[in-house]
Amino acid sequence: MSLFDLRLSEVHNRLHHKDLSVSELVDASFKRIGETDERIGSFLTLNEEAARLEARKLDDNASAERGILYGLPVGVKDNMVTEGLRTTCASQFLSNYNPIYDGTAVSKLREAQSVIIGKLNMDEFAMGGSNENSAFKVTRNPWDLSRVPGGSSGGSAAAVAAGQVYYALGSDTGGSIRQPAAYCGVVGLKPTYGLVSRYGLVAFASSLDQIGPITKNVEDAAVVLQAIAGHDQRDSTSANVEIPDYLSQLTGDVKGLRIGVPKEYLGEGIDPQVKQRVMEALKQFESLGAVWEEISLPHTDYAIATYYLLASSEASSNLARFDGVRYGVRAENPDNLIDLYRRSRSEGFGPEVKRRIMLGTYALSSGYYDAYYKKAQQVRTLIKQDFDQAFEKYDIIVGPTAPTVAFPIGAQVGDPLTMYLNDICTIPVSLAGVPAISVPCGLADGMPVGLQIIGKPFDEATVLRAAHAYEESTDHHKLRAAL
Amino acid sequence: MSITVKDVEHVANLARLELTEAEKEQFTGQLNAILKYAEKLNELNTDGIEPTSHVRPMYNVMREDKVAESLPIEKVLLNAPDEEDGQFKVPAVLE
Repeated sequence: MSLFDLRLSEVHNRLHHKDLSVSELVDASFKRIGETDERIGSFLTLNEEAARLEARKLDDNASAERGILYGLPVGVKDNMVTEGLRTTCASQFLSNYNPIYDGTAVSKLREAQSVIIGKLNMDEFAMGGSNENSAFKVTRNPWDLSRVPGGSSGGSAAAVAAGQVYYALGSDTGGSIRQPAAYCGVVGLKPTYGLVSRYGLVAFASSLDQIGPITKNVEDAAVVLQAIAGHDQRDSTSANVEIPDYLSQLTGDVKGLRIGVPKEYLGEGIDPQVKQRVMEALKQFESLGAVWEEISLPHTDYAIATYYLLASSEASSNLARFDGVRYGVRAENPDNLIDLYRRSRSEGFGPEVKRRIMLGTYALSSGYYDAYYKKAQQVRTLIKQDFDQAFEKYDIIVGPTAPTVAFPIGAQVGDPLTMYLNDICTIPVSLAGVPAISVPCGLADGMPVGLQIIGKPFDEATVLRAAHAYEESTDHHKLRAAL
Repeated sequence: MSITVKDVEHVANLARLELTEAEKEQFTGQLNAILKYAEKLNELNTDGIEPTSHVRPMYNVMREDKVAESLPIEKVLLNAPDEEDGQFKVPAVLE
């Protein structure tokens, strides 16, 4: 068994008993990256010198208090600012940006004494579902190098699946943690909107963005969530709620758990093999004593249109800050200030980012606001009500994470609408702001399939308990990409 | 509702983007396709439905009105493309 097959708590035990040093762990991470990243392309920036130094410091200071994340190599999606470590959002615009502070989630990992190995590739400004919108490099799926890893947190999922880091942080706006986790055969958790502070997360769509863990198993996801959840005065949308002890909720007991299965998530457009894996997972839940019933979330079909109007509108506003004045790449020899804005933005942003800024600006522009933006916010209310009503009767909602397995690189480029339809099962959940996890539930055509488990607001405990009970009773999460 | 190259030029100006002729053509087609898809929202009657402003019941988040430390100017200017005398420098706004 290789080091990378261990749970975080098992690695922690080895460190604790001095069977292993932090430096050995960090060296092993960089060695693995050296062996595999030419093929995978997960990393945009490596933090090698600082990480090795940090590892030696931790090894020398043996008296320090150690939580489970102590000394563990972690990768961070490149839209979370890291002090002194280049943060690009996979955009030419920020190709020279060196943050002067840490985002809150990153600070919390540093407090937990994890070691940041580097920054992970993504779709530019988190806009995309395949990592093909990165301005810098292609990331490949460790299971099949001709396929996408998913996105936008594709680098995070690929790095964990390839054993380059022990865990990673991703961000999810419409599925960007869950979908790449599903495509790469790892676990990805999008917490409830507001559970994890977004301070220092480069904003895409502020009413949706949420940071969460990508790990090899559910227990690890619980450990990482514990470290990053909690109220933060620096993010006024961060919720002031009690954070339970997530690990203690992983009892393996799901007897009597009530599961709703939306028929809309298993209808047209869902690959039959993906559906088959989900049905097998439901049988597994049954054998564990849970009960499931088909339900309807009637507004599912409107979620993608709603999402692209709202997320693009918010993005057009959020990305106005990239003007070439205070940071980022400024166009050369501008004629005047307006020319400086225009050319810096036009030279710095890639096509998908421009497309969404255009769509959002249009939807918010005079005369169209009511028809598009306001209408979408009203439909969002209906979508949220679907979930509220379902959760009156059911403890969790279960379905596929994505309608298909990972698709070939290049297959959907140039067809934004088809690309958007990959998010049909994750977007409604984001619009409702509720938590959801993707866990591996087997293979289809040799590629991993993700099972999505959706919970009530701030009930990550039940989501994790159900996911863990399922995972422990199957071997799907033990499958590894042959690299 | 169908948008034209002229609309695209107008929106690009609002968004402070400079598009090539090819981009204008491409975006006109793609935005029309996306907006046509979005028209399916009109199938729903939303009369009297409150637009979502926040998915959680959360209102007026205040903090104490207390002076706190800000980032030091030298650090803030580290990423500035151009600066002078502790300020961001841009081309002249007035002739």
